[in-house]
Amino acid sequence: MLKKPLAFLGSLQLTLACLSAAILLIFAGTIAQVHLGIHEAQQRYFQSLFVWWPSQGTGIRLPVFPGGHLIGAVLLGNLIAAHAQRLRWTWRKLGIHLTHAGLIVMLAGGLFTDLFAVESYMRLGQGDRKSYSEDRRLIELAVTDITDAGSDQVTVIPERLLQRKTAIRHPTLPFEVVVRDFHENSRLHLLSGGHGVASRGPGNQVAIESLPRGSEVDERDVPSAVIEIVPLDRNTASLGTWLVSDALAARQTFSYAGHTWELALRPLRYYKPFAVTLQKFSHDLYPGTEIPKNFSSRVTLSDPERATQRDVLIYMNHPLRYRGETFYQAGFEKGDAATILQVVHNPSFLAPYLACAMVALGLLVQFGYHLISFSRRRSMALA
Amino acid sequence: MKRFFPVIVLLLALLWVGMSWRRPQPIAADFDLPALGKIPVLVSGRVKPLDTVARNSLLILHGKEAVHLTNGRTVSATHWLTDVLFNAPLADHYPVFVIQNGDVLSLFGWEQNDRKYFSYLELKPFLRQIEEQGALSAKLQSVERSAYQNAILNLRNGLALYQRLENSIQPAGAKDWRREIRQRLDQVSADQAAGTIQRNQQLAEGAYILAVSPAAGNGAEWRSTGSVILQSSAELHPVVERYARIADAYRAGNRHEFNEQVTALSSWMTQHQPIAARRALFEFLFNQIDPFTHSMVLYVLAFLFACASWLIWTRPLNRTAFYLLLLALAIHTFGLISRIYLQERPPVTNLYSSAIFIGWGAVIVALILERIFRDGIGAVCAGAIGFVTLIIAHHLAGNGDTLEMLQAVLDTNIWLATHVVAITTGYSAMFLAGMLAIIYILRGVFTRSLTQPVAISLTRMTYGIVCFATFFSFVGTVLGGIWADQSWGRFWGWDPKENGAILIVLWCAMILHARWGRFIGQRGLMMMAVFGNVITSFSWFGVNMLGVGLHSYGFMEKAFPWLCGFIFSQLVLIALAAMPLECWRSFRQARAAIHRPELQPQISFTSPGLVLETK
Repeated sequence: MLKKPLAFLGSLQLTLACLSAAILLIFAGTIAQVHLGIHEAQQRYFQSLFVWWPSQGTGIRLPVFPGGHLIGAVLLGNLIAAHAQRLRWTWRKLGIHLTHAGLIVMLAGGLFTDLFAVESYMRLGQGDRKSYSEDRRLIELAVTDITDAGSDQVTVIPERLLQRKTAIRHPTLPFEVVVRDFHENSRLHLLSGGHGVASRGPGNQVAIESLPRGSEVDERDVPSAVIEIVPLDRNTASLGTWLVSDALAARQTFSYAGHTWELALRPLRYYKPFAVTLQKFSHDLYPGTEIPKNFSSRVTLSDPERATQRDVLIYMNHPLRYRGETFYQAGFEKGDAATILQVVHNPSFLAPYLACAMVALGLLVQFGYHLISFSRRRSMALA
Repeated sequence: MKRFFPVIVLLLALLWVGMSWRRPQPIAADFDLPALGKIPVLVSGRVKPLDTVARNSLLILHGKEAVHLTNGRTVSATHWLTDVLFNAPLADHYPVFVIQNGDVLSLFGWEQNDRKYFSYLELKPFLRQIEEQGALSAKLQSVERSAYQNAILNLRNGLALYQRLENSIQPAGAKDWRREIRQRLDQVSADQAAGTIQRNQQLAEGAYILAVSPAAGNGAEWRSTGSVILQSSAELHPVVERYARIADAYRAGNRHEFNEQVTALSSWMTQHQPIAARRALFEFLFNQIDPFTHSMVLYVLAFLFACASWLIWTRPLNRTAFYLLLLALAIHTFGLISRIYLQERPPVTNLYSSAIFIGWGAVIVALILERIFRDGIGAVCAGAIGFVTLIIAHHLAGNGDTLEMLQAVLDTNIWLATHVVAITTGYSAMFLAGMLAIIYILRGVFTRSLTQPVAISLTRMTYGIVCFATFFSFVGTVLGGIWADQSWGRFWGWDPKENGAILIVLWCAMILHARWGRFIGQRGLMMMAVFGNVITSFSWFGVNMLGVGLHSYGFMEKAFPWLCGFIFSQLVLIALAAMPLECWRSFRQARAAIHRPELQPQISFTSPGLVLETK
């Protein structure tokens, strides 16, 4: 009963089907980048089970093509099944086994990376000290109790919850945070008269124009939300609505029940158990040109937990690896005012190195075997 | 005659190549422009001889390495640059700027006729308009620009380059620059000095060429003459002094003085910048010898001889082709190594050098095949691929210096030497496999020469080369991933160039698995190998035209029709191969002879190992 499907799972036909599907998908996904941008095309084509049509919307959506995750998973299953069923272990096939084992490591590592790797960035001005990095795309609403001058208590609401536009309660907050409106990307317009989107803060003179998410790599979306603060105590009326946005620089605070709170919509933060301080960012050009020769950031790494306090130079192709995080020199701001470090946490970063070595060795053994038997026969034929 | 034919042809070829290696002898009574061409200067971050600056600038502005005047006279690149630097009013008359776009011409109120070269003087009244229009176009992304916008922007950039060149050594059109400098230094009168300072300031900021090298043992950087003058107090820098004298002598027509000053400048450079001077001299000779053009011609000849060897005089012509290929390869290798020496980098650093390297790799592998099989097939492939890749390289060189400096992220010799070389070797092998398949199809369909032994050896070669391509493409792709992981923490980012590379690997894997599973026979293998050409060309050029991602160095609108044409031609070949066997001239006969059509000519193989074992 199960035999047939299992045989199909390990078949060469399935391998070929997966490979051709992968070729078509990658081609389509590459072309799509022209209009969608790398990030969006990657989400739709490669980091998905299916490619949907139409790609967005609430109506009927059809899966028109298998996505990268599905093809990758089937190919992985196909490889494992083929080895379990068809390919018998012989020394002559050492190369094939090694190659395929390497591919399994690579595919599994790729899946693992997709699931568990976190990329973020750290922007450091001259002398800045930070113990967190920020997400490039995800945002959060931070409600901070700043009453105590010595320490802040921060409660953050992730983007996922903001998008639902519901009322949010948390044990640390004596009030409900009601999301009245949320835009992934927007532009703010200053109104002359009032009647803005919010009742308090600068938001009462501002209108929001909703925009689609940007497609360019270096384009940053400007998310905005309108938040209402409603005390849990039913007898007290709503404190009003606030506009929070990436585009608003001013701090917005309010007081309730003897505490002062600050509202901010900011990039999602990942806190580290150590801090990084920028000493100096340098940016060299080739003489007589505008071609960059090198970027480097001299930073101080301080980690009291591990008794570490040292200076590190981060530059092109020479990242800093520390406690499972890797810091890369990614960019800088105009006038060399600030450096931008890419921060990556990827537990399976060694998988490709291992896989590459295995596959390369496997192919070398396999093709070398062909070549030797070929030249042996040829010299016999010529003799 | 037959016996000596190969040797005679080789000797003739050697003679032809040897002629260009002669050092040009300066005519004593004339300006020694070649000597001036050897002087090292710093442009775009690299020390190079003035000869290279002249050739590259003229290539950018004019599309050629010499200017042909209407009176039939030809002005060499160095001559042109000498005029631009020292006698700008004359240089302004040379028709160097290419304008072919009708809309650009009509912007100036000109009609489109058979003229396409215009002088600076003719364009001078429209500089403001060109600047405005160019600035508008510059706001758009390169893929969004129309033909007109591209043309006007090119013109603007060309004019800007020209103006910077004119103001590189002395202010454009200065009549007596040396006196001006002296006045500045001696502070003759405040009024005059102020004017001179202003001119020198322009010179300091605008100069395209940094001509003044630091003195020996002095860690300073190269500077322009203008900034040196602004900073000098009483003593004038000897290099500036020499250039000023050279300029004066040149305008005055004083050949003796000119040559003397150039010699003095040259010996100053040799004394204070020995390495730069030696390198500049080598690069000057490299430009003179022009190795790639020579090997290109030899590749074509070899290709023709090898093709002819299938028709007549099999042994001698085959040998002739082989000798010519060895000579062409030797010159090609010399060029490649010279570039490595000049740039101090592994061989592939940009699209131009990738074309040079792909041809080189493919020629070597094809020559090894020729050595093993001795049937002219390897020679035909070597000739064809060597020629085509060098032609492509020649057309990619129009953007200026092909030894340009590398962006910071590419500034690592380890990864350039491993990842890039492996990837381009993979490209070479894919094109070679495709070429073998094309020979199989063309010979099979149009001639009777595809006999069974030929078909089998072609199949073995193609299969072997696809294996080779698989290995290098895979290793190259993964090394690229590892590089990316090292430099920005992302092993795989779905960047178009990465996708192109993985497409090649996947396609190779498909060919090999289809073969092992016996889903394809000889013809199937050949058709898939030809399609490999399509995928490789997409990966090499196509993805760069998309204009996204980190690898998009330069968009080549001009190359797009060529790429489409190439892909179309490959599809035609595949369609040709897909015709029923009755239409193949080679097989029609074999079939009639055997009367057992189902066994011929598809030879099936039982396992991967056996593909090479069938007799």
